[in-house]
Amino acid sequence: MSSIYYLTDLQQTYNGRRVLDIDRLEIGRGEALAVLGPSGAGKSTLLRLLNFLERPSGGTLTFDGRAVADEWPLEQRRRVTTVFQRPALLHRSVVANLTYGLRLRGKKLAAAERDAWLDRLGLAHLAGQSAPRLSAGEAQRVALARALVLQPDVLLLDEPSANLDPYNIGLIERLVAEARRRDDPAATGMTIVWVTHDIFQARRVADRVAFLLNGRLVEEADAATFFTAPATPQAEAFLRGELVYEEKMLQ
Amino acid sequence: METLIDGLREALRLITGFDPALLEVVGLTLRVTGGALLLATLIGLPLGAALGLRNRIPAGGCVLPIIYTGMGLPPVVVGLFVYLLLSNRGPLGGLEWLFTPTAMIVAQTIIALPLIVGLTLTALRSIDPTVKLQVRSLGATRAQLAWTMMLEARLGVLAAVIAAFGGIISEVGAVMLVGGNIEGQTRVLTTAIVLETRRGNFALALALGIILLGLAFAANYLFHRLSDE
Ligand SMILES: Nc1ncnc2c1ncn2[C@@H]1O[C@H](COP(=O)(O)OP(=O)(O)OP(=O)(O)O)[C@@H](O)[C@H]1O
Ligand SMILES: [Mg+2]
Repeated sequence: MSSIYYLTDLQQTYNGRRVLDIDRLEIGRGEALAVLGPSGAGKSTLLRLLNFLERPSGGTLTFDGRAVADEWPLEQRRRVTTVFQRPALLHRSVVANLTYGLRLRGKKLAAAERDAWLDRLGLAHLAGQSAPRLSAGEAQRVALARALVLQPDVLLLDEPSANLDPYNIGLIERLVAEARRRDDPAATGMTIVWVTHDIFQARRVADRVAFLLNGRLVEEADAATFFTAPATPQAEAFLRGELVYEEKMLQ
Repeated sequence: METLIDGLREALRLITGFDPALLEVVGLTLRVTGGALLLATLIGLPLGAALGLRNRIPAGGCVLPIIYTGMGLPPVVVGLFVYLLLSNRGPLGGLEWLFTPTAMIVAQTIIALPLIVGLTLTALRSIDPTVKLQVRSLGATRAQLAWTMMLEARLGVLAAVIAAFGGIISEVGAVMLVGGNIEGQTRVLTTAIVLETRRGNFALALALGIILLGLAFAANYLFHRLSDE
């Protein structure tokens, strides 16, 4: 099966400082890749590149067989979406937030489907509520559903359940798992790239792990292998919960 | 104290009596200020949006201080500038706008414009950057992004319009200079107040002042209702 993303020498530099430098990374269609690494490793930067929100300063990013240098075509951008750590809901009602991405595409959410979503989110009683008044957990559920109703080919998750309670963490993991499963078995499912600080969460949700350190891809392995027999001392130290920090940053 | 009560009584009499001279002054005030506000909004919102939505404003180091200075421009200086432009020997003298309501609208538009641009721009720039990223990530085109951000900043945008309205309806220096306070032609509430005060008609001046306040309140009440979610 061909991969959906190919990254070659992909680099991102801010104000002359290189914060990401990935020699090679493939992300397979329908796989769930966890991206691990200490704070500042470049995980969010990687997701912004995968979502075509920024132009890389070097290297190539191939998506679905196409490497586009300049502006990404809209059709292509719309196959990928991100849920950020902060829900970033609009100052509108819960339902208006839920359907926002669809309306951008000139589509609507059928009333029955909308109600089903609200039920699954446990938000049926808050449908008309102004979104900024939601609790953190409720807001993040809306943000996730807003992405899932688009049925993207790729769902990028940037620590979506950091700072949430176990109930909401469980709900979010379940919603993502269901979204992957609900897909027609003939088609390849949704590809997930999940940035998390929670090693246990990565174990629960990921097929494969990419471990970043100081902007570099230090290790990439099957989840089972990575968690039981990490190949690099850095990954091993990270899994032990030691602060992984190299004095020498990337030049 | 007596003057105050007289003023109130006079105001009541003028308003309830639909005094034609008063109606004319009020009508012109609304036409000039409304026209200027409309023009400044039509030009200022897109301009403020274009500047506020950029990550980096071209020559921002100069543009922003210029706009912010414009927000505090003394109206009388604007009036002088417009006067010189429109006077017989000025570059736009041929238009023969001086001492007409058009000249007053031009002057008030110039006063209102930096307020609308500056406050719209500030409202847009104070939106959490993650929201912008999120909206793009959800598949917005440039135009959709701009529209969504304007809606997100709607309270700030409305505040910009309110501030501009307050700035020009109460303004006297510019309309006096370029309008000339000609009875029946370019006399508005503020210039009428100046005149009546000079003439010693304190009650009438006060009555006009009360009507001006009433108008400002009514307009602000309307804006407030608009911003109520
Ligand atoms: N727009 C930007 N401008 C300048 N520097 C940036 C920008 N975005 C990120 N950086 C820098 O790039 C580095 C990597 O940031 P990034 O947000 O990708 O890290 P991260 O792995 O997601 O960290 P965390 O786990 O704390 O979220 C950091 O040093 C950060 O300060
Ligand atoms: Mg991050």
